[in-house]
Amino acid sequence: MTNPISDIEKADVILVTGSNTTETHPVISSAIKRAAKFGGKGLIVIDPREITLKQYATLKMAPRPGGDIAWINGMIHVILKEGLQAKEYILDRTEGFDAMAEAVAPFTPEYVEKITGIPGNTLVEAARLYAGAEKGSILYCMGITQHINGTNAVKSLANLAMVCGNLGIEGGGVNPLRGQNNVQGACDMGGLPDVYPGYRKVHDESHAQTMEKAWGVTGLSRTPGITATDMVDAAIDGTLKALYVIGENPLVSEADLNHTEKGFHNLEFLVVQDIFMTETAQAANVVLPALCFAEKEGTFTNTERRVQRVRKAVDGPEGVPADWEIVCDLARRMGVPMEFKSAEAIFTELAAVTPAFSGLSYKRIEKEGIPWPCPTADHPGTPRLHVGSFAKGKGTFFPIEWTPPAEVTDAEYPLALTTGRVLYHYHTGTMTRKSKGLNERSPECFVEMAGSDAKNLGLSDGTLATVTSRRGNIKARVKVSRRMHKGTVFIPFHFAEAAANRLTNAKLDPDSKIPEFKVCAVRIGSAPEARG
Amino acid sequence: MWHTYLISAFKTNPLATRGVCILPTAVVSFLPWQTSLNQKTDKVRLEMEHKDKSMIIDGRALRFTEGETILEVARRNHIDIPTLCHLKGATPTGACRVCVVEVEGARTLMTSCTVPATAGMVVHSESPEVIRSRRMTIELMLTSGRHDDCLVCPSSGDCRLQDLAFRYKVKGATFTPSGVKYPMEAANPFILRDFSKCILCGRCVQACNEVQVNEAIDFGYRGAEAKIVTKGDRALKDSDCVFCGECVQACPVAALVPKNARLVPRMSETRAVKTTCSYCGVGCQMNLHVKNNRVWHVTGCEEVAPNHGSLCVKGRYGFDFIASEHRLTTPLIKENGAFREASWDEALDLTARRFKEIAGAHADAVGVLTSARVTNEENYIAQKFARTVLKTNNIDHCARL
Repeated sequence: MTNPISDIEKADVILVTGSNTTETHPVISSAIKRAAKFGGKGLIVIDPREITLKQYATLKMAPRPGGDIAWINGMIHVILKEGLQAKEYILDRTEGFDAMAEAVAPFTPEYVEKITGIPGNTLVEAARLYAGAEKGSILYCMGITQHINGTNAVKSLANLAMVCGNLGIEGGGVNPLRGQNNVQGACDMGGLPDVYPGYRKVHDESHAQTMEKAWGVTGLSRTPGITATDMVDAAIDGTLKALYVIGENPLVSEADLNHTEKGFHNLEFLVVQDIFMTETAQAANVVLPALCFAEKEGTFTNTERRVQRVRKAVDGPEGVPADWEIVCDLARRMGVPMEFKSAEAIFTELAAVTPAFSGLSYKRIEKEGIPWPCPTADHPGTPRLHVGSFAKGKGTFFPIEWTPPAEVTDAEYPLALTTGRVLYHYHTGTMTRKSKGLNERSPECFVEMAGSDAKNLGLSDGTLATVTSRRGNIKARVKVSRRMHKGTVFIPFHFAEAAANRLTNAKLDPDSKIPEFKVCAVRIGSAPEARG
Repeated sequence: MWHTYLISAFKTNPLATRGVCILPTAVVSFLPWQTSLNQKTDKVRLEMEHKDKSMIIDGRALRFTEGETILEVARRNHIDIPTLCHLKGATPTGACRVCVVEVEGARTLMTSCTVPATAGMVVHSESPEVIRSRRMTIELMLTSGRHDDCLVCPSSGDCRLQDLAFRYKVKGATFTPSGVKYPMEAANPFILRDFSKCILCGRCVQACNEVQVNEAIDFGYRGAEAKIVTKGDRALKDSDCVFCGECVQACPVAALVPKNARLVPRMSETRAVKTTCSYCGVGCQMNLHVKNNRVWHVTGCEEVAPNHGSLCVKGRYGFDFIASEHRLTTPLIKENGAFREASWDEALDLTARRFKEIAGAHADAVGVLTSARVTNEENYIAQKFARTVLKTNNIDHCARL
C-alpha cells in the first residue's frame, strides 16, 4: 500500500474495487465500513458481485468481469471532460498527461456501458464523487490484478489517482490489499526471479557486484530466473528438472491445474517442505516437515509495509526445525556453509544488505512494527510513499488501452466464471480446512449464480452441478444468490477435491505473469450430465 | 456538549446551588429574563477558557484538551476509575454506572465516561458517595442472572465484575437473585452465549456495530426482559454474525466466551505471547494464550496498529491447525510410488546430492518456490540459497496466485 491502513478513515472518499473486503480482509473492511457509516465518507464499490461491502456504499457498480480498464478510463474521461482534475498537481508532479488523456478520450460513458454494462449516468456520478473529494483513497485486490491486462488495470488506477492529485497525500493512495501474511515480505526479500532483496535488479552489474561482495561469493547469475507459472512450462519441456517448494501448494493454487500437474509430474526431483501433507507434497520425492508461525521467531511484513515480529509461543513437533534451519542445513551439506545462530542474526544480515530495511532491528520493532523504507536507526519509518515527490521524481501517466479477457463467453461456454475466497477459508485450505469450526461454517465447494441463470439451466439451490471449461471440469453444489448478476458465476478456490483452478485459464499478464484467475468461460449442467 | 453547558452552569449560576432546575445555557440564553445572568455566566466562562485548560481530580490539578472526558483525563494520569461498559473507540453510553464520580457543584453523581472535562471542574473519583453508588451497582449486577459460581466460571480471573466485587467487597447477597431468564446458546462452532452472566453493559453491541460494523446484534425486548439479540432473536449461526469474536473480546464477564471455554484452560491460567497473524496481509497483532505447550485462546492486541484489538474469524478461531494430529513430523522419501519415513540426515543428504547433481549438470535446471507464508528471514535465506548455492535466479513464490 502507498498509504497506511489508518489512512482509510482519513479519506473523504474511498473507492474499493476487485476486493471482497469483508471476507478476504475483514479487519480492513471494518475501517471502510466505519468511514462510510459514521464518518460520512463517500464509498464507491465496484465489483461484478453484489458483495457485502456494497451495502455500505454511496455508489456501487457491477462491471462484467474483464471490464476494469474500461470503467477506470471512463471515470478519467468524465473527470477531464468536466474539468474536475487536479490541474496544479498534474502540472507540478506528473508527466505523460497528454498521451493518457488521448487514450481515455474514446471511453465515453456510452462506450463504457457497452463494454461493462455499467449505466452511463452511474459512471458519471462515480467520477464526480471521486474527483469531488479532497482526499480519495483507492483500495484494490486480486479482482484487478488477476487478468491478462492486470498490470495495465493497476496503471489505470494510478492514472485515476494522479488525475485527482491523490498520490502522496494523507488519506489518499493506490492501495493493493495483499492477500497473504507475508507476500509483501517475500517480495521485499528477493523471493522473485529478477530482483535481490530490496528490489535491486539481478541483471544490473553494479547490484550483482554489491551482492557478491556482501555475501562473499563470486559468479552470481546475471540472468533473471523464471516465474512460478513459467516454471510449470519449463518442467513440461524438461528445462526445469528439480524444484524445491517451501510452504506453498501450487497444485491447488495455480491456474489450469491439469496443466500444472503435468509439469510437476515431469520433474526429475521434487522436494516439498510444509507443515501438512498438501496436494503438492503428495507429488514430491522428498517431503520435509517444518514449523508453523506459532513455533518460531521471525518477522512478517504486512500490506502497509509494516515489519512486525513473529514470536515463538509453543514448541513444534519434536525434532522439526524452522524452514531457515532446514535450508541452511541443506546448504552446508552442499558444501556452501550458511551459518546463522538465530532468526535475529539473519534479520541483522538482511537489514544490512537491504537499504529500505537498514534502520530496522528486532529491538526497534519490539512493541510496534515499523513500515519500510526505514534507512537509518533513527528513521521513524515511512507510512506514506510519494509524499512531496514521487520516488522517481515525477509520477508518470501511462496511456492504457482496454483489451478483452483472453477467453470470452460463447455459445458453448456461455457463462463467465470468476474465482476467489470465502470468509471461513484461506487460500488452498491447508490450515483452515484442518479447523473443525471453520469447516462447519463452510464445509464444501459451491458455484454461486443468479436465480435466473439457475432457472435457465434447470438447476436449483443445493443441486450438484458439473462446471466445465475448456481445461477441465469439477462438481459443486449450486448456490443461488442475489449477490450474482446474470451471466457470471463464482467458485471459491479453497477446495482441492473440487478445485476451481481445474477450470481457470493460465493465460498470463505479460508483465506481471499473473494468470487470468478472475475470468474464464464455462458451461454448467446438472451432475447427471457428468455421469452420462 | 450538553454536559459542558450543564457543568458551566453549575459552576456559575447561583440558582444551581439552590437545586433549581438547570437548563443548558444554550437553551437558557433564549429566555429574556435570564439575560443579565447569562452575561455574567459568559464572562466567567470566558475567563476560564483563557486560563489553562485544567481541572482537579482527587486533589491533583490536571490539564486536558477540549473534548476529553473526565475518564480520559483520569486514565491518562493513572487515576483508576473502574468501568464496565466503556469501549475504546466507541460512543460512550454511560450504561453501567460503574464509572460514576462526584463533581463538585453537580446535583448527582456523573458518569465519567460521558461527561467532558471543563475548566475548573473539581472531581472526586473515589469518595464515600461514589463508593456507595458503585457498591449498589455491583450488588444489582450480581443479583441479575447467575453470578454465584465463580469457582467453575471460565472467565474467573479474567472477569471485570469479579474484579469489581473484590475491589469493593460486594458479595451479591443483599437481594434475591432474578434467576436465569434465557437458556444458553451453543449452536455454533465458536461462541457460547450465556445469558445468565450478561449484565447488559452493551459492550458487545458496540463492538459489533461501531467497531467491526457487522451489525449482527443489538438490545432487544424491554425492562427486566432485556436481552442482547440478533435480528429476529435467532441463533447466532442463523444471523448476520460472521464470528469475528470482537464481542467475545469485549465482554467483561462470561456472557460471551469461546464455545469450548469450559473444557480448556481459563484465560487467566495462560501465558500471552504477542505475535502476528498468519492469514491475510493485514498483519493483525494478536496474543496466543498458551498453557502446557498448547495455544488455547487467541485475542487481538488492543493498543497497537494495525488492528487495535480486532481480529476476524480465521485469526481468532482458526488456530487448531497448530496442534493438528495431521502435522508432518518426520521427513518422508518416496520409493516405488509410496512414502516411507526417513531420518533428517537421509532426507537432507538425498536432497543435497540430487540438487548438486542436477544443478551441476544443467544451468538453471533447479528452481525454488519460496513462500508468502514464511518469515522474512526464511525468504531471505531461501533466495540466498537459490542464488549462492544453486547458482540460479529461478526463485519465486505465489504472490500472483
